[in-house]
Amino acid sequence: MIQQIDYFVIAPPLVLALVAGLVLLLDVFLPARPRTKPALGLVTMAGILISLGFVIAQAAGGGGPRSTFCVPPERASGLCSFVVDGFTLTFGVLVLVAAVVVVLMSMTELAGGGIPVGEWYFLLLCTLVGAVTLPASRDLIMLVVALELVSLPVFALTAMRRYDGRASEAAVKLFVVSVVSTAVMLFGVSLLYGLAGTVYLSRLSAVFSGRIPAPGMADGAALTTGQDLPAVVTVGVVLVVAGFAFKIAAVPFHSWAADVYQGAPIPVAALLSVISKAAGFAGLMLVLTIGLSGQAATWAPIVAIIAALTMTVGNLLAMRQRSAVRLLAWSSVAQSGYVLAPLAVAAASGSAITTVSASMAYLLIYAAMNLGAFAVVLLVSRTSAGNELDDYRGLALRSPAAGLSLAFCLICLAGLPPGLAGLFAKVFVFRELVEGGSGWLAVIMAANTVIGLYYYATWTARLFTPGEARIPHPPPPMTRPAIGLAVAVAVLFSLAPQLALDLTAL
Amino acid sequence: MTSWLPIALLAVPLIGALLLLIAPNALRPLLRTYGLILSGLTLALAALLVATFDYGRAAEPQFEVDRPWIPGLGLRFHLGVDGISLPLIALTALLTFLCFIYLCWGDGRAREQFMRDRPRALVFTLLVLEVGMIGTFLALDLLLFFVFFEIVLIPMYFVIGIWGGERRRAASVKFILYTLLGSVVMLLGLLLIWAQTGTLDIEVLNAAHGAGMSRSVQILAFVAIGIGLAVKSPMWPLHTWLPDAHTEAPTVGSVLLAGVLLKMGTYGFARIAIPALPEGATAVAPWLGAFAVVGIVYGALACLAQRDLKRMIAYSSVGHMGFVLLGFATLTPVGINGALFANVAHGLITGLLFFLAGAIKDRYHTVDMPSLGGGMLATLPRLGSVLTFASIASLGLPGLAGFWGEMLALLGAFQPANGLPRPLFLTYMVIGGLGAVLTAAYFIVMLSRVTHGRPTHTPQTPAVPHGRPASTSKTPGAPLGSSEQRTATITQEPLTQSTPDDIRSHELGSWTPLIVLTLLFGLWPALLLSLTTPAVQTLLGALS
Repeated sequence: MIQQIDYFVIAPPLVLALVAGLVLLLDVFLPARPRTKPALGLVTMAGILISLGFVIAQAAGGGGPRSTFCVPPERASGLCSFVVDGFTLTFGVLVLVAAVVVVLMSMTELAGGGIPVGEWYFLLLCTLVGAVTLPASRDLIMLVVALELVSLPVFALTAMRRYDGRASEAAVKLFVVSVVSTAVMLFGVSLLYGLAGTVYLSRLSAVFSGRIPAPGMADGAALTTGQDLPAVVTVGVVLVVAGFAFKIAAVPFHSWAADVYQGAPIPVAALLSVISKAAGFAGLMLVLTIGLSGQAATWAPIVAIIAALTMTVGNLLAMRQRSAVRLLAWSSVAQSGYVLAPLAVAAASGSAITTVSASMAYLLIYAAMNLGAFAVVLLVSRTSAGNELDDYRGLALRSPAAGLSLAFCLICLAGLPPGLAGLFAKVFVFRELVEGGSGWLAVIMAANTVIGLYYYATWTARLFTPGEARIPHPPPPMTRPAIGLAVAVAVLFSLAPQLALDLTAL
Repeated sequence: MTSWLPIALLAVPLIGALLLLIAPNALRPLLRTYGLILSGLTLALAALLVATFDYGRAAEPQFEVDRPWIPGLGLRFHLGVDGISLPLIALTALLTFLCFIYLCWGDGRAREQFMRDRPRALVFTLLVLEVGMIGTFLALDLLLFFVFFEIVLIPMYFVIGIWGGERRRAASVKFILYTLLGSVVMLLGLLLIWAQTGTLDIEVLNAAHGAGMSRSVQILAFVAIGIGLAVKSPMWPLHTWLPDAHTEAPTVGSVLLAGVLLKMGTYGFARIAIPALPEGATAVAPWLGAFAVVGIVYGALACLAQRDLKRMIAYSSVGHMGFVLLGFATLTPVGINGALFANVAHGLITGLLFFLAGAIKDRYHTVDMPSLGGGMLATLPRLGSVLTFASIASLGLPGLAGFWGEMLALLGAFQPANGLPRPLFLTYMVIGGLGAVLTAAYFIVMLSRVTHGRPTHTPQTPAVPHGRPASTSKTPGAPLGSSEQRTATITQEPLTQSTPDDIRSHELGSWTPLIVLTLLFGLWPALLLSLTTPAVQTLLGALS
């Protein structure tokens, strides 16, 4: 059987994969001169931008979803593994723009030396290949493979700072957690496959909503909601959700977050908190709202409880932190809870589309503000290795641009004006919850917003209280564009929040 | 049409603040005049608004601006002014301007003090605060109202947290967490209205008078919105953030907090909660009234127990806002008119009282009443008389602004709206009246302690740069007798300036408008009531 591959459709991940190989070769063959490091960074950047160009070209091309790797191959409307639609394109843009910021941050991090440059960019690009492929995947196998492609290079990236005990510990922790979660998810996936006899999400959806009989059932009966479902369906759904919950660091699978974020180099922490998390959410949304849309009654309560726990535990843990990176780690756990919350009402509100849009809009805005915060944290880590919250005392007076950027990002994360982006992101979520009738979840989220404000506000206040005088270091050259890009996007979303809604309108 | 006016009212302070951010060094030498000019310009625009307002149709929103902002949320940039919001906008612009006069117009010493303590940040913060305050009163869209309601939080947090007193950190954190908790609950209520009716437009909602919402939804929404507004107002028992915030805030912070920020809470009742949710309001009004009268009595009793002058004024705000809330709870035109009147009067009088407390703190380095000694009328006759005037106005002497609002609120309780239990409201009226007597009592006790009696304490002139009050404030628990000993030690010091300076020019400049307006509204209440009456009658459409 010959597969016709639509290369334009798979161009974004393909470009990234080719550039990954190129970077590895260049690293071997280019002479080890000081200018090689930034050159490799620029090659990586070029690859990401070309890939982004393809994503934009696909979006501009319009004309509905395009797909490839379909069965039967001659008919694109059949069961496809790789589909490019609005969902895919939005996540593609999110991941690639975030990747630009992460590469800019990497240039600063790598300038310090001690980290092999070629390997770093190679692994980074491999992660991106996975993160761009994942939202396009429409079958369970492809989803698992893409998710592993996102996760595996990150262990190596975390451990890249050799001879650093913390980094090694973080890498081992991440590795163990990730492998366990993959195993759990694979078990769930195999149960679902066993029941439905297919890995394609669209067909899974038909089976689990009872439209076609389930081959896995004893008498070939259809699975209709309302009647007694076999326990294996619930187990399968729970295991798949648990697998993704590990990736997005949702409670009760959250405990790895702080140690790993703190041990990893800061660009990797930013990558974990934005790109890897976005990929996890993309997978979760695909599986739940497409594959298991008929079983919403089973998973919606689970997601609601996980969302409530995640935001509460994340915020409570963040309150006690003294280290900036650990605080951001727990805060990003809490923010995951806010992203999850709309999915919990997907079943009740009838249309899963709008709730997914709210989640994606939140994720988009969160990505901008969180990357901005991480970029400033990277800047501060250059001068004070400990990166305690007290090191930020008087930052706004020492270097106003960095201080104000961080203040803006933190206020955005807290969700207060002038950080209107964060405020409206929360309003999108609140609206879905109130409309979907999950008042209790909205109240929990409201309480969490206040808890979150406590630590964001006290950190922001530290920026403006005069600290001990320090010699202002000239900032590393590449942090400014990184901070600038992230903050500019956050400001843009503040002025025109409609942009985030337009981008995520499915 | 002059629909550019509301936008200009917001744009002038906002652009002013942004310019400070963009060109910090260019504006540094002009900083003192800069704040004055921008807030003066805003005040001029507000005056133009007052002048061109069509008093014939005070019930309808005028100067309307209506543009889509976030179509995905149905959020429109909808601004407008009617008889309810006009006085509050003018009050906001006036108080902000007076704060800048107080800060910037001073002579050598005051100027030095202003310039020492990060003046650029202070001017920036106050201008942003002004944007939020004016915007709240202009907004005619539920979410836009919420956005402006929130804008004030961060600047006020910094005003208290940076320029505040000794325990400023705890006070500022308490302030922001408490108010945010209230406002997120309010947001849920607003979204509930939106989910039920499908519109965020306040005009449409008020015209519908609750159509499309069941009784239980209205009650739920009213309680949620009411909690948010009650925290801001503040209503007993949600008031506990207020005394700390007021005590620690700098003078201008206290003035704006009492003069404007509290009004945002009560304004929300008149603008959104009562007209859009009439059935919910009828159901919850007895509770609102109960909490209001408890607040009146509690505030008065707490005042009687205070030793700190600023804290006492803060608690008096709890009592006064109790009258305002009682007026709203009656759901009658008389009561709501009274509430709106008391709102403005409280802004003027308490603003003045906090200015005075700041001036006393400047001279004595303490606002602890026993340490102040007494006999201020003898040592600082002008300051003492203005303090007496403000106190008497605040306790509600007929002929001054404080009287009418509280009298009308009580009158409203005498004959509450149909559907409300009259005996209950009569009880509220009696308790409220008792509270008014207690209010008089604590102000008179305060005056007898501070302004009357023999002067036992000569105010120190801050010729020696005291950073913070060192000796005086450390012993707030000391008995009265010890202040005489302290006076003895102080008089032994060679005092270069034997006569303490009375009211200074910049203080006079910032207080005179407040005194004049207190007198004006006291003698001619119809000026304000004629403005609010038509608007109140429309908003009560379904109830009356």
